[in-house]
Amino acid sequence: MNDLLFDFTLDKTKKTVYINREFDADLSLVWDAFTKKEILDQWWAPKPLASKTKVMNFKVGGRRFYAMVSPEGQERWSIQKYTSISPKTNFKFLNAFADKDENPELPGSEWDLSFSEENGKTKVSISIYNESLERMEKMIEWGFKEALTITLKSLEDLLATLSGK
Amino acid sequence: MRRDIFHAIADPTRRAIITLIAVQAMTPNAIADNFHTTRQSVSKHLRILTECQLVKQEQKGREIYYSLEIEKMKEIDKWMDQFRKIWETRFNQLDKVLSTIKKQKK
Repeated sequence: MNDLLFDFTLDKTKKTVYINREFDADLSLVWDAFTKKEILDQWWAPKPLASKTKVMNFKVGGRRFYAMVSPEGQERWSIQKYTSISPKTNFKFLNAFADKDENPELPGSEWDLSFSEENGKTKVSISIYNESLERMEKMIEWGFKEALTITLKSLEDLLATLSGK
Repeated sequence: MRRDIFHAIADPTRRAIITLIAVQAMTPNAIADNFHTTRQSVSKHLRILTECQLVKQEQKGREIYYSLEIEKMKEIDKWMDQFRKIWETRFNQLDKVLSTIKKQKK
């Protein structure tokens, strides 16, 4: 679809998934897209799921408490607790599934996201460490499969609305 | 209790056993020699791996040899592929959001 870098590898011994992706936008915009809930909620959930961030306090010790919402209205809550932030360079968080009252289901996974800009393109490198690979399977089990079979119609609608503003 | 491939690889000892028998078929005793754990504990792990259909047993003379079901291991790759597709979808969505924001700024 485009020629932007995208690679995805699993290191089974380290129980870590590595994801690298380039974006055709400058660093500060991509950083905002990952760290501001207004933008995050527009892309984080693979359609037809929707991302709904209830709380987001982007600072060390702060958290994002959000749900993936299915078209039927079923909610899957998660907490991301920020453990380290170097503005426009890197941030880390602990991710755990939770119930709607913010009780986490431990253990979670450890996320590390790095950002760098070159020639107007921004590269994002993500590593996700999971104590249990079973848990990673859960991440997929929960509704995500739907995302693979649907059209991007609803997203296009949203973007059309945004563009119209 | 779930008995699938992810249950099989969720435990470090079982992953080590998989690595061992991926190279060659081994008897439970030979496998146990590689671990500082009881023969009983290794048997338990082998039983789980068998239930997950990740290993197969073969009788040779008086000994039972365990070896890896390579085809079954490939299921992990299939599953990873699904995970990869989630990110692909997510990032394609982000591409569109970024492009929309850039247009708005101009």
